[in-house]
Amino acid sequence: MPENPTSQPVPFRGGGFNPRPRALVGLAVMVVLIAVWETGCRTGIIHPLVLPAPSEAATAFMELVDSGLLWTHLGASLSRLVIGWTAGTLLGIAVGFAIGLFSLARAGMVPLVAAIFPIPKIALLPLFIIWFGIGEGSKVATILFGTFFPTVVATYGGVDNVDRGLIRMGQSFGLSWVSIVRKIILPGALPAILPGFRISAAIAIVLLVAAEMIGAEFGVGAYILMAGSLMAMDQLIAGVAILSTIGLTVSWIIGRAEKMLLRWRV
Amino acid sequence: MQLTLNGINHRYGGMPVLSDIDLEIPAGEIVCIVGPSGCGKSTLLRLIGGLERPDEGAVLEHGAPPADSLNPLTYIFQDFALLPWRSVAGNVSLALEDHGLGKAETEAIIDDVLARTKLSDFKNALPRQLSGGMKQRVAIARALAVRPAVLLMDEPLSALDSQTRELLMDDLVGLWSKTPFTAVYVTHNLNEAVRLGHKIVVLSRRPGRIREVVSIDMPLAERADRVGELASKQEQLWSLIRDEAAAADMELIDA
Repeated sequence: MPENPTSQPVPFRGGGFNPRPRALVGLAVMVVLIAVWETGCRTGIIHPLVLPAPSEAATAFMELVDSGLLWTHLGASLSRLVIGWTAGTLLGIAVGFAIGLFSLARAGMVPLVAAIFPIPKIALLPLFIIWFGIGEGSKVATILFGTFFPTVVATYGGVDNVDRGLIRMGQSFGLSWVSIVRKIILPGALPAILPGFRISAAIAIVLLVAAEMIGAEFGVGAYILMAGSLMAMDQLIAGVAILSTIGLTVSWIIGRAEKMLLRWRV
Repeated sequence: MQLTLNGINHRYGGMPVLSDIDLEIPAGEIVCIVGPSGCGKSTLLRLIGGLERPDEGAVLEHGAPPADSLNPLTYIFQDFALLPWRSVAGNVSLALEDHGLGKAETEAIIDDVLARTKLSDFKNALPRQLSGGMKQRVAIARALAVRPAVLLMDEPLSALDSQTRELLMDDLVGLWSKTPFTAVYVTHNLNEAVRLGHKIVVLSRRPGRIREVVSIDMPLAERADRVGELASKQEQLWSLIRDEAAAADMELIDA
């Protein structure tokens, strides 16, 4: 082709819109933030009563470990979280499947779910205390109700989105109803159910703390409440950091489960 | 086993999609159903396999299916319909699991059908790792595993590129030549119809009626080498469909 003075490469207009994993960036942001915060406290720009230094929060945390109370608080919180979340999730999946599979259940339950889902469960806590007692019952029930509804919605959405072609294939091979549900619908709905776990786990942690702030002797929420009433901001920050760590751990576990169970996805 | 379609009429929400269909599907032959898009070909296939009920008329089975047949009427779908979370062997196994065959027999059937479809090396691969042609071979293996009396194929090669389609046609002819099977083969591709059909049923535009049944006597195995002679048949089919296809193309869906 003859060289033409006006010839030039075609301008590039593609690229972008493709987020890629950048390892360590998240960690770096956190480290920088904490460093700025610490410096601010040491130089006196941030008043210790407004916000204690991260190092002070760390000291408070170590005191908590040394006193042996960390495991008491953590154990109480985690057992409420695990029992409430597991029960809420199992019930939610069961009801979500019923809604997804049976017209009658759908007609009856969907309006009910829509009506109760938006109620802040913490508003019902006094009611739960009357029903289930001031002890563990009311706390577990709050978490159970909080996780139940988002799981129902995620599950029946997932069941609705299972490829009808695959179900018809199952029928065409004469698979039993139970086989179709277990081998086609359940795995097909899993990609919608697992992300629902992230949301319900976050809700569970929020409700856990709220419930523990009302009448609990032990638990991370009780620890934070106590710190707040004593104006011990270093302890308060330490408690919040524990919650944050619980959240990160749960999210990591769900991420692993997704990787393992949804390996077949593109 | 052979099938007879008796006075089939079918509507979707009041709109007739199939009208007065009478058809014989003789044992050991491949019957192709062609017609313009939206003429009810796939609906007819769903009626034949009992996935839908006709509004009027009936699909009759004559004679009992072979005793060893696990699923007498077996589909092969255009979109393959493989479970993405199961391996190649797992997808074949799905069709066998409800029959209580025992582990050894299930394994033997899976190995046999994978060998016949040249998939033995891909036993543990997941569908997402396979090409379109391989996915459809898995679906064919799954269909063969249940020893069908009649294979119901719904545009099985339409989602594939033309080279893969050519290879799979050879595979199907090879499978039929080794053990002749009965099949109803729905397609809009006239070339596939003249290559695979003993009988080609031409449907009209909606509502689908049988316009003509064209028979081709040439043995399947010879057809790949004698495409010249088939061209006239294909031309004949095209002249039957042409105007209707043009008219069907201008129709609004759901109008």
